Amino acid sequence: MTDWIEIGTLDDIPKLGARVVKTSNGDIAVFRTADDNVFALDDRCPHKGGPLSQGIVHGGRVTCPLHNWQIELNSGGAVAPDIGATGCYAVQVDKGVILLNPVKRRS
Amino acid sequence: MKEKLVLIGNGMAGVRTLEEVLKLAPEKYDITVFGAEPFGNYNRILLSPLLAKEKKLDDIMLNDLQWYSDNGITLHAGKKIVQIHRGKRFVKADDGTVVQYDRMILATGSNPFILPIPGANLPGVITFRDIHDVNAMLEAAQKYRDAVVIGGGLLGLEAAYGLRNHGMDVTVVHLLDSLMERQLDKPASGLLKRALEEKGLKFALQAQTAEIVGDARVTGVKFKDGREIPADIVVMAVGIRPNIELAKSAGLHCQRGIVINDTTQTFDPRIYAVGECVEHRGNTYGLVAPLFDMAKVCANHLAQLGYARYQGSAISTKLKVTGIDLFSAGDFNGDETTEDIVMQDAGRGVYKKLVIKDNKIKGAVMYGDTMDGSWYFQLLREGTDISAMREQLMFGQAHLGDSGHGGASSVSTMSDKTEICGCNGVCKGDIVKAITTKGLFTLDDVRSHTKASSSCGSCTGLVEQILASTLGGDYSTTPKEKPMCKCTDHTHEAVRKAIKDKHLTSIPQAMQYLEWRTPDGCHSCRPALNYYLISTWPGEAADDPQSRFINERAHANIQKDGTYSVVPRMWGGLTNPKELRAIADVADKFNIPTVKVTGGQRIDLLGVKKEDLPAVWFDLNQAGMVSGHAYGKSLRTVKTCVGSEWCRFGTQDSTGLGVQLERITWGSWMPHKFKMAVSGCPRNCAEATIKDFGVVCVDSGYELHVGGNGGVKIRATDLLCKVTSEAEAIEYGCAFVQLYREEAHYLERTAPWIERIGLGYIKERIVDDVKNRKALHERFMESQKYFQKDPWAERAAEGIEKHEFTPLKQVV
Ligand code: SRM
Ligand SMILES: Cc1cc2nc3c(=O)[nH]c(=O)nc-3n(C[C@H](O)[C@H](O)[C@H](O)COP(=O)(O)OP(=O)(O)OC[C@H]3O[C@@H](n4cnc5c(N)ncnc54)[C@H](O)[C@@H]3O)c2cc1C
Ligand code: SF4
Ligand code: FES
Repeated sequence: MTDWIEIGTLDDIPKLGARVVKTSNGDIAVFRTADDNVFALDDRCPHKGGPLSQGIVHGGRVTCPLHNWQIELNSGGAVAPDIGATGCYAVQVDKGVILLNPVKRRS
Repeated sequence: MKEKLVLIGNGMAGVRTLEEVLKLAPEKYDITVFGAEPFGNYNRILLSPLLAKEKKLDDIMLNDLQWYSDNGITLHAGKKIVQIHRGKRFVKADDGTVVQYDRMILATGSNPFILPIPGANLPGVITFRDIHDVNAMLEAAQKYRDAVVIGGGLLGLEAAYGLRNHGMDVTVVHLLDSLMERQLDKPASGLLKRALEEKGLKFALQAQTAEIVGDARVTGVKFKDGREIPADIVVMAVGIRPNIELAKSAGLHCQRGIVINDTTQTFDPRIYAVGECVEHRGNTYGLVAPLFDMAKVCANHLAQLGYARYQGSAISTKLKVTGIDLFSAGDFNGDETTEDIVMQDAGRGVYKKLVIKDNKIKGAVMYGDTMDGSWYFQLLREGTDISAMREQLMFGQAHLGDSGHGGASSVSTMSDKTEICGCNGVCKGDIVKAITTKGLFTLDDVRSHTKASSSCGSCTGLVEQILASTLGGDYSTTPKEKPMCKCTDHTHEAVRKAIKDKHLTSIPQAMQYLEWRTPDGCHSCRPALNYYLISTWPGEAADDPQSRFINERAHANIQKDGTYSVVPRMWGGLTNPKELRAIADVADKFNIPTVKVTGGQRIDLLGVKKEDLPAVWFDLNQAGMVSGHAYGKSLRTVKTCVGSEWCRFGTQDSTGLGVQLERITWGSWMPHKFKMAVSGCPRNCAEATIKDFGVVCVDSGYELHVGGNGGVKIRATDLLCKVTSEAEAIEYGCAFVQLYREEAHYLERTAPWIERIGLGYIKERIVDDVKNRKALHERFMESQKYFQKDPWAERAAEGIEKHEFTPLKQVV
């Protein structure tokens, strides 16, 4: 069953920035890249749980604010040499409205 | 049983001889060393940079105590030999220690010559020979202002430059009408004088000192013509005399020095002598290169190989004053039988002269560009016939047979026999061989394996070039050549220059112009670019929050659990009941788990939820508090002590000055964090000497210190200068901040920045050049118009960047 939830508009997130969606299962970080792609990950770094939503977004990655691990936005995977992955969610943007599927794709 | 070898004189020549002996015959001798100085063996040459604060004591040690024990050598440091009994073959030290010898090396060096004039033994008259002398000068430089250096030779000028670096007013007194007359001809000497004057030195030439005046200590120097100049200290650097007392009293034949033959033996064949204390074929020497030649020969004999002979040395000279390139060798004045080739480029400040006789180089003087000094010196020593290359000679070795390799560094054209390190006689071929066979990569490796660049250090640049050309791409020269990050090939300097020259005002614009390789950079270059843009074009370049590290975006410090800490500003560390009440209330109201006093005299509220930040700030703002910027690459804290208002030792109002400094500089963004402190007296309770900018108040004014760092690598500040008013202290402080803001690399604190560019440069820009200081101060104040806003108030009351502090959505 997929329930797409409307979480806001593209304009609510700054380019190269992120916002947080609070859920009963923890925070989800929603990122917007320079070319207006949107991605959603668990707001927990696979290293020591740093809040990825607070990191710097560049290209298709975010750098964790605590110890600079880099995480791929489309998969949640850590960029080598680091190893690990964080939960990842499906997102779609429809006429500027962002829809999130809160079922984890992988964790 | 091993033979007993005793070395008297634990200095550069003696210990080098032991090193050579250990190489040739490690098991032959049972070695004992006596040294009058209480240290291991240090590099006397580097006393000059030690005085100029360009080196530290650790940097100049050649053989530490560990070295002696590792090699089974008994060292008696701090014991002076007072008697040699040649009949019974023992030596006796001033504390009564007696040691037998089979063979002995005398290496007692020389003594500074003291002019036999009235007042020469007054307190405040210092020589320049050992660590003790340097300490005496450093101490005097802290306390006094006027220094007079007698002697315009190598040693005198290096002493003068060192003292000037400590902010003293220095006059060099010289008997003749030109400086370093034994190494330089008149034109080169004139250029040197001008360059030193630009560094702030004063000169009294053709001045004969008649008397040193003073009662309890020196107060001035009087000349023969009756003139008198003030002096708090006098440095005598008028020459050296071989130290031969001990040898003489033992009945060894001495003239000016201890006379030795070509095998470095004295008239007693069991006793060898090397170094400045000897006289060989009528010559005495005062530079290390010939002494090291003697050391080799002496060791060869002690090892009983017996084939080496010392036949005298040709010598060349360089001056170790930062920013001045000077080289001289041989007979540079010439006479009616010689001809000169001279090249002079006043615009570039370059002067070169070669003295030629019978198609051979007899002497050379170079000023401003000394690149080819070692090549000319090689031609001179080898007596090479230069008629075939005469036309190109002046343009240097790189021009010989140059077929379109103009860009290649000139070391690649040097022959393997070209001497690179004059002090240690190391040729290019030796270095290349060591690099390739031993797999060396760094300057330090080369130093330890070949000794090149390990004495006076003036060949360091050449050694680096050899490393670069031998290793090719494997050797990354100096860090300043490094690109900013993987996204670009440009260095920090190049990026800054482009931003300024091309008037770039946004990150996309800069990335496009500089052809960035990635579409939007990375977490390392974007914050740097953002800083360079807003600091170069304040008010014009827009700040990009997405290119700031989270702390600067959220204006609080992220903690390991994702909560934040809040540190309100407390000007100069002062607070009051109203502020404390507001802090207590906020802590209660928002359930803040930890309240802590920080190392920077502020109060830290730790564990604040991000969503609560604007409300916490709002309450603090209501009590008059603003952001403490404890999270930023920005002005952090100004620590103060109680100062003259309360303290019985306070000399000035350190608290008040600290508050003023903080009020003026808060809010400014910097390459890295920037900390200040003001202490009310030299007891220095505010720890001003490990701050980026520190003020130590003294009775007569304010000592300004720069470039200190606590943290990872502790560094004490350098003294910038002394001033007499608060207004000056503030103006100098702001000018220093602005120079740092404009020129340091992003994430480079003032300590490494100063070590990279040199204190001399900062003094030139801020102390010597008044106009420039004022301009820097003005640019800082202009920039503050845009940045001195409380980021908390903007967010708490005005709702700026609201999205940063609120969730996008709450899903149940
Ligand atoms: C709060 C405080 C410790 C305390 O409880 O006392 C502190 C806390 C932190 N220090 Fe510090 N430093 C604190 C005084 C110091 C001092 C002492 C001082 O300022 O007099 C030093 C040595 C002095 C110096 O800087 O030269 C100091 C040297 C460092 C360093 C090493 C800097 C260096 O150049 O080597 C870092 C790391 C860095 O900045 O990259 C650092 C970094 C940090 C960070 C920011 C680490 C981080 O990135 O999270 C810590 C933030 C904790 C927080 O959220 O508040 N802290 N830190 C002090 C705040 C001072 C203030 O009132 O604003
Ligand atoms: C400030 C300065 C800068 C210089 N710059 C340069 C330069 O750029 N290039 C260059 O080539 N040269 C330079 N020199 C000269 C160079 O340092 C000397 O030529 C060299 O150190 C001499 O070595 P030495 O072993 O003969 O004497 P020293 O290094 O002076 O060693 C002699 C040692 O013997 C000890 N001693 C003396 N008598 C006794 C005794 N009776 N018992 C026990 N110990 C005794 C002394 O305390 C001293 O430690 C500089 C010298 C100075 C002072
Ligand atoms: S010393 Fe500074 S950086 Fe290290 S744990 Fe303490 S506060 Fe944090
Ligand atoms: S928690 Fe993200 S890098 Fe350490």
